[in-house]
Amino acid sequence: MSATSQPKSPGRRRFLTETARVAGGCAVTGTLLAYVARDARALPVEALRPPGAMQESDFLSACIRCGLCVRDCPYDTLKLAELGEDGPATGTPYFTARDVPCEMCDDIPCVAACPTGALDPGLKSIDDARMGTAVLVDQENCLNFLGLRCDVCYRVCPAIDEAITLEISHNARSGKHAIFAPTVHAGHCTGCGLCEKSCVLPDAAIKVLPIRLARGSSADHYRKGWEEKERKGAPLVEGIIDLPDRMPAPVGGAPEAAGGYEPAFKLPGGGQ
Amino acid sequence: MSANTSLPVGLEAIRIKGRFGAHRYLVLRRLSQAFFLGLFLLGPWFGIWWVVGTLAGSRTFDVLPLTDPLVLLQSIASGHLPELTAFVGAFIVLAVYALIGGRVYCSWVCPINPVTDAAHWLHDRLGLQKGWQPKRSARLWVLGTVLVVSALTGTIAWELLNPVTIVHRGLVFGMGFAWVVVAAVFLFDLLVSRRGWCSHICPVGAFYGLVGTKSVLRVSAANRVACNDCMDCYAVCPENHVISPALKGKSGHTPVILSPDCTNCGRCIDVCAVDVFAFTHRFDQRVSEAATQAVDAPSEYAA
Repeated sequence: MSATSQPKSPGRRRFLTETARVAGGCAVTGTLLAYVARDARALPVEALRPPGAMQESDFLSACIRCGLCVRDCPYDTLKLAELGEDGPATGTPYFTARDVPCEMCDDIPCVAACPTGALDPGLKSIDDARMGTAVLVDQENCLNFLGLRCDVCYRVCPAIDEAITLEISHNARSGKHAIFAPTVHAGHCTGCGLCEKSCVLPDAAIKVLPIRLARGSSADHYRKGWEEKERKGAPLVEGIIDLPDRMPAPVGGAPEAAGGYEPAFKLPGGGQ
Repeated sequence: MSANTSLPVGLEAIRIKGRFGAHRYLVLRRLSQAFFLGLFLLGPWFGIWWVVGTLAGSRTFDVLPLTDPLVLLQSIASGHLPELTAFVGAFIVLAVYALIGGRVYCSWVCPINPVTDAAHWLHDRLGLQKGWQPKRSARLWVLGTVLVVSALTGTIAWELLNPVTIVHRGLVFGMGFAWVVVAAVFLFDLLVSRRGWCSHICPVGAFYGLVGTKSVLRVSAANRVACNDCMDCYAVCPENHVISPALKGKSGHTPVILSPDCTNCGRCIDVCAVDVFAFTHRFDQRVSEAATQAVDAPSEYAA
């Protein structure tokens, strides 16, 4: 067609080139911004979000970084991440359990202060908060695991005997004492961090980790046979023949007999 | 040309109205900026918690919530439905700025404004080239980009870079490396692009400009017959394309500066020796007929 050989109007040409230039600039800027935005999602392990905080990916779409939760925290637990700090996305609230743990106020003032719902106003009881989960990360240095009765993490736990229990087992090293193993039950642990704060070691043997790191997950199709059996009131599979189990000690036999318990050595001066 | 551009601006106004008279709105504006920043600093510095929070979101006297509407818009774009408090706060902010001029935020509240004003002052003193001057619509594109990136990444994207809230939050909560942001904006305006940040790039200003499109409070060149073409208003105005339609309008054209780019900073009022400009409302179509002060004005040039 002859129309295509006509020179386009300069105004239109200028409009098109300028639009293309601006659009290109925006695409570059937007890509860089998106890169920064995705990068900012990496939450350091030590940084815990306030009670009721949404999942991290949702949190960054909801938190406007106003700092009201920080101001209303009566224990100065919460801080706003400063720019350039090796921490969470700049301006977002977090706390470090080892520095100042969450004191678990009954009225949850930080959640009440949040204007956007980044901290879920549906959180009515602080016991339902899940800021993280305590994990006894270092059994080799934990004093209780060494056989001592430190018990500090257990004693300070706001949900004592629920979130942390002391599980007694035999101390094989001494042969005659017990080990009171501090044991976290994630179903009750709010992740407040009092245990981590109070651990007497130079570096805490028990630490609050983000739940994604602290916990595994059970496969959806797994069933626990003993629970199913209890629910049904009978074995799930009918007609299984239950053979007698072979026990480690001989029935009615003396300890010296084969399979019985015989100390490998005698104490000097034991007289026997 | 160079002799022309290096003419000191506003000398005539200083001589006629006095040093304060020729800087009245500038002084008021600095006081206003200090006032709004001071409100937020009363708490952390003196323990008087009248205003808590930052420019992104705050609570005044425990009852009045305020939210930055652009931050909230990004939050919605990124897929979060905020609680009612945030909406109420944003609505109040929107209503106020829709009334008094969206970009009043830029010139009377924003903590970055003193930084870019300082950069422009130094730029002027050093007589630097104006440098890269992207189209003024670029900021609207940036605004669009920010919203798209928020939607795509599911984060409030601009808050990762926004110098306004980063600096404000830095002052109120702890600076960190926020000084770097201040320096970056300052150097950008000084060396890369004259008045580049506030007048060409900043999506916050672009957003507030849109908010104030139909604002009531406006500057009017009601006394435009007195204009002696000294060009001082063009020299001080950060958005000087807004002046011509009002100042140079033919009779019958409105004398009111209607462009939403106008920040209502009032510097044109200060710097005009013949008092062409005045604050008024957008429906005020009055234009003075006689050149009341035009008699004094030419004396400056006759001398």
